[in-house]
Amino acid sequence: MQARLIHRFLQCLLIAFCLMATDLRAADDLRAMVDALGGGSFQQNQKQVEALAKTGDPKIVPALEALAEGDLYQRKADGTVFIVKPAGANFKLIDALTGDEVGEEAKAALEKVKVNNGLRRVIRGALGGLTLMSPDTSVRLQAAGTILRTPTADALDGVETALAAETDGAVKAMLEKARAAAILVSDRPVAEKKAAVATVAQTGGRDSLSLLSAALASADESLRPDIEIGIQQIEDQLALWAAGQNIWYGLSLGSVLLLAAIGLAITFGVMGIINMAHGEMVMLGAYTTFVVQQVIRTSFPGLFDWSLAIALPLAFLVTGAVGLVMERGIIRFLYGRPLETLLATWGVSLILQQAVRSIFGPTNQEVGNPSWMSGAFELGGLTVTWNRMWIILFSLAVFAFLLFLLKKTPMGLQMRAVTQNRRMASSMGIRTPWVDALTFALGSGIAGIAGVALSQIDNVSPNLGQGYIIDSFMVVVFGGVGNLWGTLVGAFSLGILNKVLEPYAGAVLGKILVLVLIILFIQKRPRGLFALKGRAVEA
Amino acid sequence: MITSFLAKALGRNIVVTVAILLTLAALVPALNLLTAPDHPLHVPTYIVSLFGKYLTYALLALALDLVWGFCGILSLGHAAFFALGGYAMGMYLMRQIGARGSYGNPLLPDFMVFLNWKELPWFWHGFDMFWFAALMAVLAPGLLAFVFGWFAFRSRVNGVYLSIITQAMTFALLLAFFRNDMGFGGNNGLTDFKDILGFNIQSQGTRSALFAASAVALALSLVITSGIVRSKYGKILVGVRDAESRTRFLGYRVEHVKLFAFVVSAMMAGVAGALYVPQVGIINPGEFDPANSIEVVIWTAVGGRGTLIGPIVGAILVNGGKSVFTAAFPEFWLFALGGLFILVTLFLPKGIVGTVRQFVERRREYHKAKAAEEARAFAAAEPQAAE
Repeated sequence: MQARLIHRFLQCLLIAFCLMATDLRAADDLRAMVDALGGGSFQQNQKQVEALAKTGDPKIVPALEALAEGDLYQRKADGTVFIVKPAGANFKLIDALTGDEVGEEAKAALEKVKVNNGLRRVIRGALGGLTLMSPDTSVRLQAAGTILRTPTADALDGVETALAAETDGAVKAMLEKARAAAILVSDRPVAEKKAAVATVAQTGGRDSLSLLSAALASADESLRPDIEIGIQQIEDQLALWAAGQNIWYGLSLGSVLLLAAIGLAITFGVMGIINMAHGEMVMLGAYTTFVVQQVIRTSFPGLFDWSLAIALPLAFLVTGAVGLVMERGIIRFLYGRPLETLLATWGVSLILQQAVRSIFGPTNQEVGNPSWMSGAFELGGLTVTWNRMWIILFSLAVFAFLLFLLKKTPMGLQMRAVTQNRRMASSMGIRTPWVDALTFALGSGIAGIAGVALSQIDNVSPNLGQGYIIDSFMVVVFGGVGNLWGTLVGAFSLGILNKVLEPYAGAVLGKILVLVLIILFIQKRPRGLFALKGRAVEA
Repeated sequence: MITSFLAKALGRNIVVTVAILLTLAALVPALNLLTAPDHPLHVPTYIVSLFGKYLTYALLALALDLVWGFCGILSLGHAAFFALGGYAMGMYLMRQIGARGSYGNPLLPDFMVFLNWKELPWFWHGFDMFWFAALMAVLAPGLLAFVFGWFAFRSRVNGVYLSIITQAMTFALLLAFFRNDMGFGGNNGLTDFKDILGFNIQSQGTRSALFAASAVALALSLVITSGIVRSKYGKILVGVRDAESRTRFLGYRVEHVKLFAFVVSAMMAGVAGALYVPQVGIINPGEFDPANSIEVVIWTAVGGRGTLIGPIVGAILVNGGKSVFTAAFPEFWLFALGGLFILVTLFLPKGIVGTVRQFVERRREYHKAKAAEEARAFAAAEPQAAE
């Protein structure tokens, strides 16, 4: 009863819409054609879609798209075709031409307009031709791109008409490529195909490669060499991009290594303290981020994008304070006995690990990415994720900050003086114990900052630090102790070496090879890449 | 020559310790096997296994002490030598399973059948013979130590740098043994052993025999290290530890001195590993973990480095403490271990045995000085009395 009422109402509504339409007859025709899609066989529907495409009316685009997606349904009662959206147990009905919502209907009262791959192909071609003439530039560009990726001989006419009418440069270039791709699959003469091969080869990319490979199978003799050259050209280009991608991954790994090692470059490199608890400082920094995000989540959800900015100084303070306590409480009694320092700081690392495990539990904690760090963008053939990008920039910024601090500030001057000649520095009135403590706190604080960044790409668990400790020592030793630039070069060269080896040797074997290479390298240059010269070496 | 080596080796402390170890080697199995389970002197089998394990740890600590305590090389890679020895023994035990594995393949161990391997890799040949496996348990770590030490000592990598690259070595091996393609059972390692030399590995008798073997091996190694340390070569070893450059300038080939100690130490660690595996029943790549190497260092430090008895005492104390602690308050074991690291380095740099020895020597000197003073006072008083 109710259904009938709604039906009536809808019919009235429909009539009203029809009356309102400016071109009443054409709209009527279109609606009849769309409605005819319901209940037709696949072949009939293909013809129907082609007929719809011939009208060139952009109004039918949503209906065709819905058909391809399988969202087009016919109401059993009156044969009207709707686009539907699931709404609970019912379907929400959307008018196929105007896009207005026109009510709901039980699922059982609707029948799906069936679609198969053959029909989908026809729809795609039709859509391409339709949207190519759209007044919106971005829509045209997208349509041309679609044809480029899935070219059909049928689309060729449409592309050429559009090309003749096109005025926008970018769209025109895309259309040229799409035309070339379409020519390859059509039965145009050889000369035209040759030009098309050249254009496709120039476009490059995996799609063009598969397009050319497909064309190679069915091409005749005179065309073959051209296609082979084109394939070669694209393959070379792809290899270049792959190498570029590897180097990018290498840079990304290098930045992680740099972040992990740069605090160690201060505590171990400058002060000569073997700080085995360095990894735990990184871990504390990551947990600080976690706590900051927890507080933000519960109390100030609006500030989430600022969580890292808030966590940075806090992590610096927390780990710096831990470092200060460590230096004053333990390490200052062990100067001049590096191996004992190693053992004592290892003890500290065990205690910190267990403390974090007792407080936060042994499982991974969830640290979220702020919105500006998620997602990725394409750069030529490279996929660049934002978080990796930011971490590379951040590691370089930390490096620059540290370099500035050491070379241009009074504190840095005092630090360097104390490392180079403790007694002379002391005679000049520098309070060497305080400089020691502050330097160690600085190194630890930097490790904490690194932890904030690494929390974005790694699992935040009590074992976080252990994964970095050996790598960090390798970087510092490889780069040369006491030299910040050495750490920078060491981190990035080890990162890139690791990632370049990976495709040939596999991830684990690559890492083993790098370790073996470092061991061999240290035999050759026991003081690392950039060794300090002079008396400082002997100390 | 051997007699003079022995004569020098057997100081009083060493004789006492060796005697204790040999007595234990006889007594503990006897008390385990010959007494009834409800007898007050009965030693349960699990205790025999547990202390057998401690003895292999003690042997490992002793090996580390030879290079660290006497030569100043802090190796953070001794777990690698230990694990290599263990893998050699594990391979023998694996071959002994024969057709009794879950896949029933007479030649291939289970994990190889699982990985669909058709034939035995070349490096598994020969491990069906006990003598070969035993030889490999010593040679493989020895060879690794020789090659590694040859390069490292020749280019004068020392101190902290050496510690770090030994750590890198064991880390690289850890990663390598995790790989299935290596042919050592990958992640799961080697386990499910059935018997050793024809005896069931689970039986009470075998457990006791392994305990006795560990005690005898430890006693033997103690005599050997003591002989090395007290020989002329041992004096040079200490010279290298205390003043490497000066020893070199005196004309000694420091790298050879170091290399010898390093290789002997690695071989001892290999023996320890080979005795460890049948007692715990499994060997997996986790044994290569750099953290294990560092733990060995703390056993040695607690007992007292540079003393031969110290590492044995330290290994047994720390591991005994670990067993008690992890059973009673598992949360706090890492706190205790970490605290131990800090306290020992800060307040007990010579370890337990070293501190006791220092104390005894001070007392002795004090008494000597006191006696001398009394004699002098007596001598000074004498003439006055004569006047």
